[in-house]
Amino acid sequence: MNYAVTRMLAPVRLPFVVTPGEALSRFLSALVEGRLIGERCSECSKVVLPPRGACPTCGIATNPRDNVTVSDGGTVVMFCIVNIPFEGQTIKPPYVYASILLDGADVPLLHLVEVPVDKARMGMRVRAEWAPPTERKPSLEAIRWFVPTGEPDASYEAYKEYA
Amino acid sequence: MSERCAVIGVGQTKYAAKRGDLSIAGLVREAAERALADAELRWRDIDAVVIGKAPDMFEGVMMPELYLADALGAVGKPMMRVHTAGSVGGSTAIAASHLVQAGVHERVLTVAFEKQSEGDAMWALSPKYPFQPPLVAGAGGFFAPLIRAYMRRSGAPNDVGVRVAVKDRLNALRNQYAHLQLADISPETVLSSPMLWDPIRYLETCPSSDGACAMVLSNEANAGRTSRPPAWVLGSAVRSEPAVFAGRDQINPRAGADCARDVYRQAGVTDPVREIDVAEIYVPFSWFEPMWLENLGFCEPNFGWRMTLDETTSLSGRLPVNPSGGVLSSNPIGASGMIRFAEAALQVRGMAGEHQVDGARVALGHAYGGASQFFAMWVVGARKP
Repeated sequence: MNYAVTRMLAPVRLPFVVTPGEALSRFLSALVEGRLIGERCSECSKVVLPPRGACPTCGIATNPRDNVTVSDGGTVVMFCIVNIPFEGQTIKPPYVYASILLDGADVPLLHLVEVPVDKARMGMRVRAEWAPPTERKPSLEAIRWFVPTGEPDASYEAYKEYA
Repeated sequence: MSERCAVIGVGQTKYAAKRGDLSIAGLVREAAERALADAELRWRDIDAVVIGKAPDMFEGVMMPELYLADALGAVGKPMMRVHTAGSVGGSTAIAASHLVQAGVHERVLTVAFEKQSEGDAMWALSPKYPFQPPLVAGAGGFFAPLIRAYMRRSGAPNDVGVRVAVKDRLNALRNQYAHLQLADISPETVLSSPMLWDPIRYLETCPSSDGACAMVLSNEANAGRTSRPPAWVLGSAVRSEPAVFAGRDQINPRAGADCARDVYRQAGVTDPVREIDVAEIYVPFSWFEPMWLENLGFCEPNFGWRMTLDETTSLSGRLPVNPSGGVLSSNPIGASGMIRFAEAALQVRGMAGEHQVDGARVALGHAYGGASQFFAMWVVGARKP
């Protein structure tokens, strides 16, 4: 009995069951159909996605009538290049992690952009590349990543309030 | 609030990548005993304990405050835990100060800790939820895009972050408790360190630390009984905002600006850059120094980087920022906010040792957390309010 116990490995696994609620349920179902839906607040008219059942600014409850389809194309308003590997990572670095303002939405969506990292830039126009319909699950993984459209970049003035 | 509140004791552990010599209970007790010694008090003199830490997933210990009650002398006394993500160290101290100001308790021990070596915070910060995109990026992945946007918005030169990274590590060399002691730190070593989350380099990020910080807060009647000077709480404020809403400015968040205005109003500060002598600001990535200088009203928006470049924020500048070395030099996450608050108190007590700012009378402690959405701040002073 002449040793010290200095480290003990204690793995914990936590499988959760998430109840998405009505508003998020509509969003997730639409993803399977290849559509992105947001909620337009009846007070401030801003479109937020993923929907939360209430406008986070006004606190006004939303309902199914407030659902609007948002384009799956948009503008990269901010991004970083992830070079660091870490546990739980599903994509091999380096990759571009971007804040994308979808056309018709008023809050950006965080997602991957499939582009050589030295070509990534703010203002770049991108579009969702969807998984094939049979492979789509009710999750944002239904979008594999966003790809550049080749359109001219958006001007900084056009998106600066989101960056 | 009717009662005045003062910091009469501060205790810190040595911060390190791994404190393998101590359990979590041992870690918090080391900080608490030092705070009690500074306050010239014993365990029985404490009326209540207020504790804070980051999410339980960081160490995998559920509700650690329960098992820490005996290590913190809280058996038979009121004990509560505060939880506000990365700002928790600050809001924990504020919750403790409210107990004193409300006249509920006379002397309260407040403690915050993290033992990052026992878990994987990067993993815990990147949970895979079905309604989130199929990638995870850790804390740096969330904040790096904001830094790129700030650079674009402000027109700041590229080397501002490097300057902060060097300044804070040089300051840390004067702080015996600081985790990183990088004697060879220089712009060249920062620039040549790996780019983790472009535009954030390895040496522009905070380390992962084990550590705890504690303070003894007292009402006025008991504050005068010790031989060391107290730090008086002149104002304190907490604010939050949603992570997502239309028109949210994530670089200069409304909640942070509102929190600063409130705390200055309480402290009677009308011109922060002139009236505050030193600031300990939560800067986990170098570029957050200029960003928070703007959010805190020390300058106009987009001008924060100039205060870094003209050395206003250096140890000998007009507004030294993070003389302790800051979060960039020590980051036991749950404790990091309380360390800012405690260092602010040490400065106005004249007890900051080799990183003491000459003549510091009024100091700001700042903490933030979540997606730049939770804020906690206090202003402390040498003079009784």
